[in-house]
Amino acid sequence: MPDREHTSKHYEQQLRELKNKLLLMSHKAEEMISDSIRSLVERRPTLAEEVIDRDDEIDQLEIEVDNLCYEVLALEQPVARDLRFIATAMKIVKDIERIGDIAVNIGERAMELIQEPELKRLVDLPIMAEAAQKILKEGLDAFVNSDAELAEKVILNDNVVDDLYEQIFRELLTYMLEDPRSISRAIKLIFIAKALERVGDHSANIAEMVVFLVRGQDIRHGTRLDRGR
Amino acid sequence: MADSVKINVSHVDFYYGTNQALYDVSVQVRQQSVTALIGPSGCGKSTFLRSLNRMNDLIPGARLEGKVELDGENVYSDHMDVIHLRRRVGMIFQRSNPFPMSIYDNVAYGVRVNGLARRRLELDEIIEKTLRAAALWEEVKDRLHRSAMSLSGGQQQRLCIARALAVEPEVLLMDEPASALDPISTAKIEELIYNLKQNYTIVVVTHNMQQAARISDETGFFLTGRLVEFNETKRIFTAPVMRETEDYITGRFG
Repeated sequence: MPDREHTSKHYEQQLRELKNKLLLMSHKAEEMISDSIRSLVERRPTLAEEVIDRDDEIDQLEIEVDNLCYEVLALEQPVARDLRFIATAMKIVKDIERIGDIAVNIGERAMELIQEPELKRLVDLPIMAEAAQKILKEGLDAFVNSDAELAEKVILNDNVVDDLYEQIFRELLTYMLEDPRSISRAIKLIFIAKALERVGDHSANIAEMVVFLVRGQDIRHGTRLDRGR
Repeated sequence: MADSVKINVSHVDFYYGTNQALYDVSVQVRQQSVTALIGPSGCGKSTFLRSLNRMNDLIPGARLEGKVELDGENVYSDHMDVIHLRRRVGMIFQRSNPFPMSIYDNVAYGVRVNGLARRRLELDEIIEKTLRAAALWEEVKDRLHRSAMSLSGGQQQRLCIARALAVEPEVLLMDEPASALDPISTAKIEELIYNLKQNYTIVVVTHNMQQAARISDETGFFLTGRLVEFNETKRIFTAPVMRETEDYITGRFG
């Protein structure tokens, strides 16, 4: 359902700029996650370093998005869908920024792991990374297209990522039990898996806000607040 | 807040001659609440407001079908005493229209006409009480016998509200009560409306959507003679049900 344009072109322009900044930011965050995992799997320390450097761009965009939101709130006094859009922007900007931080954490652990011999061939971790990236991408697509159905799918699929985390955790635990020399590397890998699990959580948060944006319905924390009468 | 219905409007059609101005409008106005009516010019919101105390009777060719009830009593019945109805359902207009007499006499006018005070002392009390209720007393108490025309626009509007309150109405209808006022006077009127709802049922027509959002409990959105949506104000301004409402209040016109 395409939105009709505001009678005020200036207002329309501001909202579009805000959306574009969020898109740029989320695109960068997606790339950082995928590159951080690639740096580990392909054992490329320079790529990991690059990911860490790119976080500044996301942080800068976060500030720009926040400022733009304050500006619109103060000058345009948005209501209804526009208000929900601003509220959504202010919340998901934090989720996206955190995803950038998570990519940095993964990159840092990757750089450490690359220095040591491989504990095992990484099979499940790339699968989990793919699952996490998929729901991240879908969560952001849902936002871009105001697609509440896709957002609901993302919320459900977050469980897949959680299950993969459990599986990886248990597997690495057996490695540690068998050989104490593997503990340091296994813990780092568990840390990375946990980071990916967090990406899933942030994606689900974004998806929940998309449902709020589209339907005006708060579905966080499993609640369905009855806002009507 | 009382939840009982003060004014019940059901299936109202309204015509100016052959021109239909309202189509099948049904609304329940709750007692001791503020109901705001919004919508573009010519949408029928003022027609609707004026139909609540039969101000439209004065317009030749005007005709209403459907039912308007005040406390369950049919407002348009032949037995309804229109003068009494308008005492129960007072009205405030966009342009303040004080009578060219003193501040005191403006407020006293309705009280005297209706014989509501027996002695001068009693009248004095009503005047003070009413001017206090209209948040004007402190500003005018030392010059009650000066002309009402010496007051500022915002004070004049509060005087008109005091004048309406003096005859002890149950409902106040306001048609753009603050649109000709500066922001400070507007804020005072809004604060006043907010406080008055403890004792009165208020229906306000306004073009200022932020004002509707600030002061009302419920909001009705009119478009081309139809009531598109009637809902809790906080609902209307955060997540309205109807697309037309959303487009209008977010400024997506035409």
